[in-house]
Amino acid sequence: MPEPDIELERYELFEGPRYRFEVDRRDFLKSFSTGLLVLLVVPRDGVLSAQQESGRGGGDRDRMPADVNAWLHIGEDGAVTAFTGKVELGQNIRTSLTQAIAEELKVPIAAVTLVMADTGRTPYDQGTFGSRTTPTMNLQLRKVAAAAREVLASRAAAQWNIARDAVTVKDGRVQGSGAAQSIGFGELVKNAPLVATVSEKTVLESPKDWAVAGTAVPKINGRDIVTGRHRYTSDMTPEGLLYGRIVRPPSYGATLARVDASAAEAMPGVVVVHDGNFLGVAAPTATAAGQAALAIKAEWTAGSGASARTLFTDLKRPADGNAGSPIIAGSVDEALTRGPLKVDAEYTVAYIAHAPLEPRAAVAEWQDGRVTVWTGTQRPFGVQQELVDAFHVAPDKARVIVPDTGSAYGGKHTGDAAIEAARLARAAGKPVKLVWTREEEFAWAYFRPAGVIEIHAAAQKDGVVTAWDYHNYNSGPAAIGTPYDVANQRIVFHPAQSPLRQGSYRGLAAVANHFARESHMDEVAHAAGIDPLAFRLKNLRDDRLVAVLKAATDKFGWKANATGIGLACGVEKGGYTACCVEVRVARGAVTLVRVTVAFECGAIVNPNGLNNQVEGAIIQGLGGALFEAIGFENGRLTNGHFAQYRLPRFSDVPPIDVILLDRRDLPPAGAGETPMVGLAPAIGNAIFSATGTRLRALPLVPHGLPASTNQ
Amino acid sequence: MKVSLRVNGATHEVDVTPTQTLLSVLRDQLGLTGTKYGCGEGQCGACTVLIDGLPVRSCQARASLVQDKSVSTIESLESNGRLHPLQEAFLKHEAMQCGYCTPGMIMAGVGLLASTADLTDEAIVKAMDRNVCRCGTYPRIVAAIKEAAHARA
Ligand code: FES
Ligand code: FES
Repeated sequence: MPEPDIELERYELFEGPRYRFEVDRRDFLKSFSTGLLVLLVVPRDGVLSAQQESGRGGGDRDRMPADVNAWLHIGEDGAVTAFTGKVELGQNIRTSLTQAIAEELKVPIAAVTLVMADTGRTPYDQGTFGSRTTPTMNLQLRKVAAAAREVLASRAAAQWNIARDAVTVKDGRVQGSGAAQSIGFGELVKNAPLVATVSEKTVLESPKDWAVAGTAVPKINGRDIVTGRHRYTSDMTPEGLLYGRIVRPPSYGATLARVDASAAEAMPGVVVVHDGNFLGVAAPTATAAGQAALAIKAEWTAGSGASARTLFTDLKRPADGNAGSPIIAGSVDEALTRGPLKVDAEYTVAYIAHAPLEPRAAVAEWQDGRVTVWTGTQRPFGVQQELVDAFHVAPDKARVIVPDTGSAYGGKHTGDAAIEAARLARAAGKPVKLVWTREEEFAWAYFRPAGVIEIHAAAQKDGVVTAWDYHNYNSGPAAIGTPYDVANQRIVFHPAQSPLRQGSYRGLAAVANHFARESHMDEVAHAAGIDPLAFRLKNLRDDRLVAVLKAATDKFGWKANATGIGLACGVEKGGYTACCVEVRVARGAVTLVRVTVAFECGAIVNPNGLNNQVEGAIIQGLGGALFEAIGFENGRLTNGHFAQYRLPRFSDVPPIDVILLDRRDLPPAGAGETPMVGLAPAIGNAIFSATGTRLRALPLVPHGLPASTNQ
Repeated sequence: MKVSLRVNGATHEVDVTPTQTLLSVLRDQLGLTGTKYGCGEGQCGACTVLIDGLPVRSCQARASLVQDKSVSTIESLESNGRLHPLQEAFLKHEAMQCGYCTPGMIMAGVGLLASTADLTDEAIVKAMDRNVCRCGTYPRIVAAIKEAAHARA
C-alpha cells in the first residue's frame, strides 16, 4: 500500500527547535555518584542509538561528557529511579512505563519512582503525542532496565565466581545457588558504583513471559487522585505566589491601540505588564488580579472578522503549505470514466475544542536570571524552547516541569500560559500562577482543524472498488490513505488558510478521514446493493483489519438487511479498529442504542488501562460525532462556554462493548487515539440504515434530524 | 468582609469580597486545592463540595452566604488513613484517567449515596449528569457508585 510522505508531525502543531544546544548535566549526574546509573548517548532523533563502550565505565564522573542522559538509577538503598521526558495526561503511561521497568528489572512496582517531563532532569523528548509512548518509550525503558539487570547479574555472578547463567534475578535481588548466594541490588552497588549502557545485545523479556507488564496493575498515583492530594499545575502554591490575569483582545487579530492602566497600577501589590500586544497583571490574590484586569482600559483595533458561514468555501481556496506528495496508483481518471458504478460526495468537519477539564495553567518563577515553569503541556522541551526564544535566555536557564496534567487530547502542545506566566513573574520578581479561565481556554488555545473532503469513487457491479479519488482540504493528512485494495487511487491533501488557530487533536485528521472514507464506502456498498460488511471484506486484504472487523461484527450480531445498524473500520498508528453501532430515531431524535468496538494494537501492556482508553476514546468521540462544533462570527466565538458548547455527559453514553485482541507476537502500539476513528462513520451509516438520510457533515446531528424523521 | 466558615470540621475566619466564590476561598485562601475549577459557570461539577451534606457547585456559591453551614471537601473523606468506600470503589474500578474531574465526581457521588436509598443506573446517570468527565470514564464512575451503594446496603 502506498504510504503518504507527508510529515504528519508537522500537523501536530509541532515546530522543532532550530538548534538544540548541549545542556551541561554534570551537576545533575553528580547526584548519582553512587549506585548504578544507566546511561545512553543522547538519542537526538528520539530513537535509541546503541551506546558504544568508550572507556567511560567505572563511575568516573569527571570524564563523563556533558551530553549524556541518565535514564535509570539504583541507589545503595535499592531505590530505583527512572527518567523519561514523557508526560502523564491521563493516558496512564506513568503506570504502563513503570510496569515495563519493573518487568525487565525484576523489581516490585512500588520500588520504582518514575521522574517524568522535567527538562532539567529527564532526557530530551520531542513530546507526548501521536501514540508514540508505547512503541518507543516503553521499549526504550525496557532496554534500559534490562541493561541494569544484566550488569547487576554479572557483578553478582563474578562475586560468587559462577557463570551469569547460574544466577537469577527476582524481587530486586540476585540469587545464585543456595540460600547463601542472595544479594539485593542496593548491596551489590554499595561502595562500588556501576555504570551500565544499553547495547544492541541487551536482551528483553519476551512479551509471552511477561508477569508484570501485560497485567492490570492499578493506577500508580490513584490514591492521590481520589483524595484530591495530587497537585496539578493549577493547584501549586509556592511561597510568595502572585496570581496572574491576562487582558485579552475582544476578537481574533485585534491589536492593542491604547492602554490606560493607572487605576490598576494604583491597587495595592498589583503589577501591570504592557509589552507589545501583551497586557496582563499580577496581584496578591486571584480576586485582586481579576479586579485589576477589569480596571485596565484598553482599546483594540478591529480584528479579523472571520465567520463560520463561509468556512467550507474558504477552506477550498488554494493556499500555501506543506501538501506532501499525493498517493497515486494506477489511473484514476480512466477508472472513474469506466464505472460502471460511480459515487461522488463531499463531507465536512467542523472545528472542535479539546476542552480539557484542567484549562491551561502555569506557575513561573525567576531566580538569578533562570526561569522555572511548571505547566501542563505535551511538549516540555518544546515549551522550554519557546521560553528560550521569548526571553532570549540560554537553554540551561529555562526549565520546564510538567506535573501529571488534567489531560490534553492533543490540545496542549504549546506553551502559551507558560510564556505569559513567565513574563508576569519576571516583572513582578515573584512567582506567578496563571490559570486560564474556561472562556480563555476556548478562545485562545487552538482547535481541531475543520475541513472539506471530496471523494469520487467507482466500482464494478460485483462491488469491487476500482477508483478512489480523494481530496482533503485542511483537515489534515493523518490516515488519509485507504486500507482497501483499490487499483486506481489519487489521494491528495490540500493545505488551506485556516481562519482559526488550529493544531493537533486526538487522532489528528484520522477521525475526519475515517468519517469521510467509511461513510463513502457505505454509500458505494448501497449503490452496489451489497451488505456493508460483505462489501468491506470483499475489498480488504489486510488480515489484521479483517480480524477486528470480524471480531466486532460477531460480538455485535451484525445482520445484513437489519435496519438502524452501521459499521466502520480503520487502521492508524499501528492500531486496528472496527466499530458497530445501533441507533434509534424517533421524531428526529437520534439515540445510540449500543456500540461495539474491537481494537488490536499488538501486545497489550495493561488490559485495564487499554480498556479505559478505548472506552474513553469512544465517549469523547461521541461529542465530535454527534454535536460538538465551534461557532464563530466576526472574529469571535459564539459558543465558547460549557453552557453553550455541548460535551458528552453521563446520559449520552450508550452501553459500550469493548473487545481487545491481544497479539503477544507483535510489538505493542499506542492506543489513545485510534479507537475513536470508527465511531462517527458507524453512527452516520446507522442513521442512513434507519432513515435513508445520508449525513455528510460532522457533527452529524447537532440539532437532531427534522422532527418528521422516524425509523 | 470577614466571614467565618466551617470547613471539614474546622472554623476559619477569612477575609472575602462580597461576591467571592466559595471555590476561590477554598482553593486560594484555605489551600484546599482538591476542589477544582473547570468552568466557573456551574456546568461541569469539578468544583462540587457538600454543604450540609448536599452536593453544591462551589463556583456558584458565595462564600459570604455559607456562614453557619458545614462545608465538606474531598480532603475530608479520608479518615485515619482509611478511604471512604466511594474512594475505594473509584480505585477498584479505576474510574479515572487524568483525574481532574474525580474529586467533584466523588463529592457528587457521596451526596447522592447519602440522599438516595435505592440507586438504579438511571438514578445515578440522572443525578450525575451535570458532572463532566472529558476523558470519558462515565461507565466506570457509574460502576463505582453502584459498588459503594451495595457496600453500604
Ligand atoms: S467549576 Fe463549578 S461547575 Fe464547573
Ligand atoms: S478523568 Fe479526566 S476529566 Fe475525568
